[in-house]
Amino acid sequence: MWAFIHKVGSPKWFYAISGRLLPWCWILAVGLILVGSLWGLAFAPADYQQGDSFRIIYVHVPAAFLAQSIFVSMAVAALVFMVWKIKVADMAAAVMAPLGAVMTFVALFTGSVWGMPTWGTWWIWDARLTSMLILLFLYLGVIALRGAFASRDSGSRAASVLAMVGVINIPVIKYSVDWWYTLHQKASFSITSRPSMPVEMWWPLLLMVVGFYAFFIAMTLMRTRSEILRREAGKHWVRELAAGGA
Amino acid sequence: MAFDSLDAFFAMGGYGAYVWSAWAVTALAMVGSVVHARIERRGLLRDLERRARRESATQRKGRDAS
Repeated sequence: MWAFIHKVGSPKWFYAISGRLLPWCWILAVGLILVGSLWGLAFAPADYQQGDSFRIIYVHVPAAFLAQSIFVSMAVAALVFMVWKIKVADMAAAVMAPLGAVMTFVALFTGSVWGMPTWGTWWIWDARLTSMLILLFLYLGVIALRGAFASRDSGSRAASVLAMVGVINIPVIKYSVDWWYTLHQKASFSITSRPSMPVEMWWPLLLMVVGFYAFFIAMTLMRTRSEILRREAGKHWVRELAAGGA
Repeated sequence: MAFDSLDAFFAMGGYGAYVWSAWAVTALAMVGSVVHARIERRGLLRDLERRARRESATQRKGRDAS
């Protein structure tokens, strides 16, 4: 088991394996998102209350899922780095932060654009929206902290600590709609329980959610590989790779 | 198909501006992320190649001198 963890954790091994996985992740992501988009935009029936404005759900919900899942993944990677000193985990955490920030922004933007026709306002300071805004600031904090130190190792450790502490915000976001009175509706999508919406609306949402997760995995693999090339540029195997024209 | 015509599709039952701006920002964010990642990777590979070439050149020079 230990040998396995350290093998996966070695940049060279990770680079080779992720290179083989990457094309499949992209195919899955692009395929699911294209089919899900077409289905959700053109074929799913309009909502009986919200009309066609509900079609924002197909970008809003997957983006909000990713915004939170990426933070949890980043915190787990940070923990793995801090406990076992596995460098690849720190590289993965480093590349997850900007993508997470982008997805949080997308969730906030699409939610705002959806709020106008359904609630009559772009923004309100309620629990769900505020905790999502805090998530965006946490991401920006993690990114800034990583870059704020002269030595990379200090930056890595500081960013790891903030990621592990900041993950407390995730259950707050999740349960904000149950704990406080808010305009935001309660969770209406779950993979494990029976859909609370008509199946013709639910299926495209499922495709989009899975597609967005595949996108996250593909992006993380791709950028972690770049991060390996950047940090291990002096290593023998990377130089051989460059000489081989990879 | 939930719409009768292409015009109806773009109009989104009067919610066109909302639906399309939300989708456009999402698409832009995702495509932008991929483009950035590709530029980053190409740049790194180019740097590595340049470095490898420089190193083999200095090695050759060292051999010629000796």
